[in-house]
Amino acid sequence: MSETVAPLLSLAHISLSFKGVKAVTDIGFDVAEGEICALIGPNGAGKSSLLNVINGVYQPQQGEIRFAGRARRAMQPHEAAVAGIARTFQNIALFKGMSVLDNILTGRNLVSRSSWLEQAFRLGRAVADEEAQRAVAEEVIAFLRLQAWRHTPVGQLPYGLQKRVELGRALAARPRLLLLDEPMAGMNREEKREMSQFIREVNQVFGTTIVLIEHDIGVVMELSDHVVVLDYGRKIGDGEPEAVRALPEVIAAYLGQQRH
Amino acid sequence: MFYQESGQFSTRYRQDGRALRLWQQRAALWALLLLAFGLLPFIGNDYWFSAILIPFLVLSLAGLGLNLLTGYAGQLSLGSAAFMAVGAFASYKLQFLLPGLPLLLSFVAGGVVAAIVGVVFGLPSLRIKGFYLLVSTLAAQFFVEWLLTKFAWFSNGNESGVITAPPLLVAGHDFGSPAGRYLLTLSVVLPLFVLAANLVRSSLGRNWMAVRDMDTAAAVIGIPILRTKLLAFAISSFILGVAGSLWAFTYLGTVEPHGFDLSRSFQVLFIIILGGMGSILGNFLGAAFIVLLPIVLSILSGSLLSGVLPAGQLENLQKIIFGVLIILFLIKEPDGLARLWQGWRARARLWPLRF
Ligand SMILES: Nc1ncnc2c1ncn2[C@@H]1O[C@H](COP(=O)(O)OP(=O)(O)O)[C@@H](O)[C@H]1O
Ligand SMILES: [Mg+2]
Repeated sequence: MSETVAPLLSLAHISLSFKGVKAVTDIGFDVAEGEICALIGPNGAGKSSLLNVINGVYQPQQGEIRFAGRARRAMQPHEAAVAGIARTFQNIALFKGMSVLDNILTGRNLVSRSSWLEQAFRLGRAVADEEAQRAVAEEVIAFLRLQAWRHTPVGQLPYGLQKRVELGRALAARPRLLLLDEPMAGMNREEKREMSQFIREVNQVFGTTIVLIEHDIGVVMELSDHVVVLDYGRKIGDGEPEAVRALPEVIAAYLGQQRH
Repeated sequence: MFYQESGQFSTRYRQDGRALRLWQQRAALWALLLLAFGLLPFIGNDYWFSAILIPFLVLSLAGLGLNLLTGYAGQLSLGSAAFMAVGAFASYKLQFLLPGLPLLLSFVAGGVVAAIVGVVFGLPSLRIKGFYLLVSTLAAQFFVEWLLTKFAWFSNGNESGVITAPPLLVAGHDFGSPAGRYLLTLSVVLPLFVLAANLVRSSLGRNWMAVRDMDTAAAVIGIPILRTKLLAFAISSFILGVAGSLWAFTYLGTVEPHGFDLSRSFQVLFIIILGGMGSILGNFLGAAFIVLLPIVLSILSGSLLSGVLPAGQLENLQKIIFGVLIILFLIKEPDGLARLWQGWRARARLWPLRF
């Protein structure tokens, strides 16, 4: 990626606090189009809060978010979705009473063009629209190898599969930017390998830009093009994986040394 | 889950998206339609029409209205009867003010007025949830009842507030006989069920369920929460409004606020709890249960206990048994009658195989 191309996402001087408790302090970094950016740092460092700022779940007190050429003081969730940002959550946020297919189809809701009256009467654009959304959902299902559970309510699936369905719901929107909050947390080695593979393929096949939070440093080094390190709500490292790994502050704060 | 690999499975998305995926279901549906339209009107007696079939159909429709709001969109309500009352009185008033307004159109218009009122009382749902929303819909219930009794304009100055429903004329045909009222009710109820079944399997229906299951995640994927909730109130109230018109016009034969009191709201709530939240078929099952159980109980107690207990106590005893049965049922099958049906359907998928 050449230096002159504007980044897809650019955060500047973001600060967020909850009733005086600072979660994120003066953070800024860029995410280039097409890259996989990993956000790392100890628990409570402010990683999830930052993702929530990017897609408008939280509104920061200070700072600016520039996405796809448009600068905003703060995002709104709906605005972020329309702009092409999709995400998964640290604690799975699926629609538990709905089937795998229906969950994935909800990811297409912004693309659906038919009105509710057309849907009720199965007239006009409704039928073609539903089939078009279904076709995209089926592509996602095939890609994530979820065929066997298409009509299963997601509440009945094991944890690892639920994580996969949540990724599917985000992918169904065909996002430009995908935010993944600990997509491999609580998974065994095999499941992690599989999930890493999916993430890499999404990035390579669809060209989706990805920001992900991950604790397993091995996975991070292998998967990401760019690493941002947070500690106590501040940024303490930002660069290529190998370079970040060598930073003394990072070694002290994150990579296993005792702090005093 | 791999059991789905044998037996009937869909080869096209459109097939897979159908409401009834099994041939047994479709065959049963056609048989039922034939029975309902072709046979029952000729073999049914007045008691069957007036005391069982008409209330069953209207209450199924009312259940459908509440189920869209509560079972699908997750918004609790105890105001069902209020929206039914609005529909009934609006249909009546519009017929009175616009002589020559076709009957069916006045039902639709009553539904539209109920939908508008439903949206107004749905506005608090944008800020409050669960128990507090329940209380605010309860306010709707009391407010509408008070309004309709307080101002004589609604009942055209009738002292008692009770007005006789106008004759049931559709395209010059009189549907005033019990069989006619049954056919009229059936012809209004079934199309609304078809529309609702389409709706819950389309984009709006999925948005409703998404808001029900987790509204923050729904917002993040771009579902407009406000619009989705208000549409749930509007469409639910429209259906309840039409059900109210039918209740007054084809069942009671009178338009009166007391037909739509709080106990009616609870009755509709019981229907969807018993039948199954978030189920279309469940509304029929729940309504059948609610209509038939008291009849069965009174026949049983009448033959077993008459003479043993005085009539007043017999009635109380029936209510107690009714309550206990509902509680037992909820403990045994909290997902409602529709869940029992699903078990049967899972077997039908593989029939005649066993595995
Ligand atoms: N909704 C919230 N209300 C209050 N405090 C919060 C909220 N979300 C996060 N925090 C606080 O912000 C800090 C950062 O949390 P978080 O972003 O979840 O960290 P991480 O994801 O890096 O573990 C923590 O101290 C946490 O308690
Ligand atoms: Mg976190």
